[in-house]
Amino acid sequence: MSYAVKNLVQGNRELIAFRIGDQEFCVNIMSVREIRGWTKATSLPHSPSYVMGVINLRGAVLPIVDLSARLGMRRAEPTPRHVIIVAQVKSRVVGMLVEAVSDILTVTDENIQPVPEVSSDLEKQYARGILAIDKRMICLIELDALFPDTESEAA
Amino acid sequence: MDMNEIKEIFFQECEEQLAELESGLLKLNDGDRDPETVNAVFRAVHSIKGGAGAFGLDDLVSFAHVFETTLDCVRSNKLEPSQDVLKVMLKSADVLADLVTAARDGGGVDEGRSRGLVKELEALARGELPSGGASDAPKPQAKPAPAPAAVAPTAAPAPTDDSGFQPIPFTFDEFGDEEATIAPSSFEVIFKPRRELYSKGNEAALLLRDLSRVGEMSINCDIDSLPLFEKMDPEAAYFSWTINVKTTKSEQDIRSVFEFAEWDCDLDVRLAESTDEDLPMIPVPFDLDFLNDDSAEDESAVENHSSEQAAAVAAAETASNVSKLAAAAARVEKKESQSAAAAAAAAASANAANAAAGAGQTIRVDLDRVDRLINLVGELVINQAMLSQSVIENDTTGTSSINMGLEELQQLTREIQDSVMAIRAQPVKPVFQRMSRIVREVADMVGKSIRLITEGENTEVDKTVIDKLAEPLTHMIRNAVDHGIETPEKREAAGKNPEGTVKLTAKHRSGRILIELQDDGAGINRERVRQKAIDNDLIPADANLTDEEIDNLIFMPGFSTADKISDISGRGVGMDVVKRSIQALGGRISISSRPGQGSTFTMSLPLTLAVLDGMVVTVAGQTLVVPLTAIVETLQPEAASIHSFGANQRLISIRNSFCPLVDVGRILNFRSMQANPVEGVALLVESEGGGQRALMVDAIQGQRQVVIKSLEANYTHVPGIAAATILGDGRVALILDVDAVVAASRGQSLRGDGALKSDMSLAATG
Repeated sequence: MSYAVKNLVQGNRELIAFRIGDQEFCVNIMSVREIRGWTKATSLPHSPSYVMGVINLRGAVLPIVDLSARLGMRRAEPTPRHVIIVAQVKSRVVGMLVEAVSDILTVTDENIQPVPEVSSDLEKQYARGILAIDKRMICLIELDALFPDTESEAA
Repeated sequence: MDMNEIKEIFFQECEEQLAELESGLLKLNDGDRDPETVNAVFRAVHSIKGGAGAFGLDDLVSFAHVFETTLDCVRSNKLEPSQDVLKVMLKSADVLADLVTAARDGGGVDEGRSRGLVKELEALARGELPSGGASDAPKPQAKPAPAPAAVAPTAAPAPTDDSGFQPIPFTFDEFGDEEATIAPSSFEVIFKPRRELYSKGNEAALLLRDLSRVGEMSINCDIDSLPLFEKMDPEAAYFSWTINVKTTKSEQDIRSVFEFAEWDCDLDVRLAESTDEDLPMIPVPFDLDFLNDDSAEDESAVENHSSEQAAAVAAAETASNVSKLAAAAARVEKKESQSAAAAAAAAASANAANAAAGAGQTIRVDLDRVDRLINLVGELVINQAMLSQSVIENDTTGTSSINMGLEELQQLTREIQDSVMAIRAQPVKPVFQRMSRIVREVADMVGKSIRLITEGENTEVDKTVIDKLAEPLTHMIRNAVDHGIETPEKREAAGKNPEGTVKLTAKHRSGRILIELQDDGAGINRERVRQKAIDNDLIPADANLTDEEIDNLIFMPGFSTADKISDISGRGVGMDVVKRSIQALGGRISISSRPGQGSTFTMSLPLTLAVLDGMVVTVAGQTLVVPLTAIVETLQPEAASIHSFGANQRLISIRNSFCPLVDVGRILNFRSMQANPVEGVALLVESEGGGQRALMVDAIQGQRQVVIKSLEANYTHVPGIAAATILGDGRVALILDVDAVVAASRGQSLRGDGALKSDMSLAATG
């Protein structure tokens, strides 16, 4: 039995945790295709402010989203230390700019606490739960909700 | 491999057979009387029938069967393939194609049409001539039928002979009741297997056994060509048989015994002049059925030999034992016929060899695989360019062996790219063939007689271009037939051949494909076009237009000159749609017309949609690619030629005409202030509306062939941008959508367009 299947059977999930500013977020590891360093993107005209542009990912044109701006925080100023998480969202592939990848977590459903009532729409829309690990708070976000049919709503 | 896959292969083969069928019929229509062409046509229908039978596609089988029967009459010279006959056959080919499509995709076909055609085909097989072409309402002999010409006098079975025998078309429903009424007649069957017959696992003896079931028969085996033992090729075919069959059944039944061996033997079936045994033949006193019982023994005996040969020898032995080589007496006579047969066989095999050489060897490959390969090669080219760039940057001497190696690598990658592109290239033939059907159908509908001539069908172009070519071409062909060509009466009055001609030509010209559609109709009625344009508010009433400009009015949206709106064309969505789809392919279309002599539409298309010739430019620090096809000229504006116009419009004067200046950086939101035109370069472009615009860019980097990459695959459509590409430095550059940028400069918002599109996509996803 493969590792992933065993985890599924036991109700475990694996998450990738990453840092944006002073906050930590995580996404399901199954949607992450690769993690790569930052390269300068070609900007797209008339794109939403959080779309940084497109880069060449081995021949495919990959849109890069500034996750910090997408989540309503201030816009990132990318440095060579920033990383891009390449993730599969539905049929599309999107690159997300984050400050650093911090951890790979294996959690069960019981570890995930519901999102507290907060006024911000953003959190209600994308946050699927929060995790308390080593006194840190990590917010689980749902990529499908973050990019509904990718950028169509904002184009 | 499961059944569906096999079925899929069958349908793919069907398409090839249908193409073969149609081109064969068209060749016959042009007066080709080569028996090989007739055979090819027959074979095509026969294979479709065979395959369809295996999959239980009964509709297809029964239609193909009737079609085949009629074709067989042509093949055996009983039916002269006249124009009228071929008209029915071409229509039948269309119905056959429809049936194949229906069998593959489900859905129905025009039952009435196919039934009408079945009747016509059966009538043809009976030797009746078509009654004028209309499938319904068979007019009683509309024209004097040249009956003697239709039935070739040399045709073996005379239509009626003294015994009252009539060659009846072989249809399933008919033959049951008819066979009882026919007196036995005698056929002479000359059966000479070729080596292919044995190599395909057929056995002469078994065929003879089956033949013995048709009627009473006597066999004579000719072993003259059997060489000495040491010279014998164990896999060759040396024997031939002359068989006299006395049967109540028809020639068709005898032929059907050899149905699956037909292509691999020389078979001659004819009515014997008399039933007297003037040939030294003795009726076979034994039952060839013995082969059934002995088959097990036979097989064990032949274990060491090739079974075909053993069976052939066995049959030969039995046959020769019985006849005791009585044939020796008639040897002289037979030698003659045999050398003739041998010559025919040699010719036939030479033909087959030619055909094989012409077809070449092909393999069927999934298009996705080819595309993946093309993508990878595209990457290779980019990677190679990146590598050379970094080597050049790091190597100051420029003479190192690395550089030499890189140059060779560059040549190789170019070569690989060209070869890979050639894989996707396909001849335009299938599209052209589809057009001949459209000409036929539309001409029928409007009661005109039109001939389609195609040239350069083997011109190759990328498959995607071919796929997208069919629609605009259909529109144009319909237009040409419906509006271009006059009615036969008018043509005759004008002193022209009542039969109109539409000519479709394809050729390569300087890295593009040029497709020309030429009709010999009345040409464009400029007065009427002009009036129509004024009536439809497309041009002001006092506009002063050149002939060329008037001709080009037909490409304007909402323009249609047809007085009556017909089923075929004339809804006013004709030529502008054509022009737009040609432009979407990166092509251009132009028209030239001479009153009374016809019009010519010329389309120039790129050979591939995977790469594009572009001009690499810089706009506000961004690298953009402008498709070269859109650019008319480039110029360096001088301060004196820039004129402000209104609040924020500027015009540039080029050779005394004024052209609006479009700031690309501003329209794409790359900068908020207008750039100073004098510091940049102006690209004069021709856009969809026909007008010229000067696009302002900061600098031109160069001209390059770029590989087109989709932006939509991972993102959405970006207004003003057609696609993306990857440049030599590995970075993504955007390809400008010139038409959208020009439209935006006219005040139509790019953003608005984008919002609309995304609204639609949201609606679509629910």
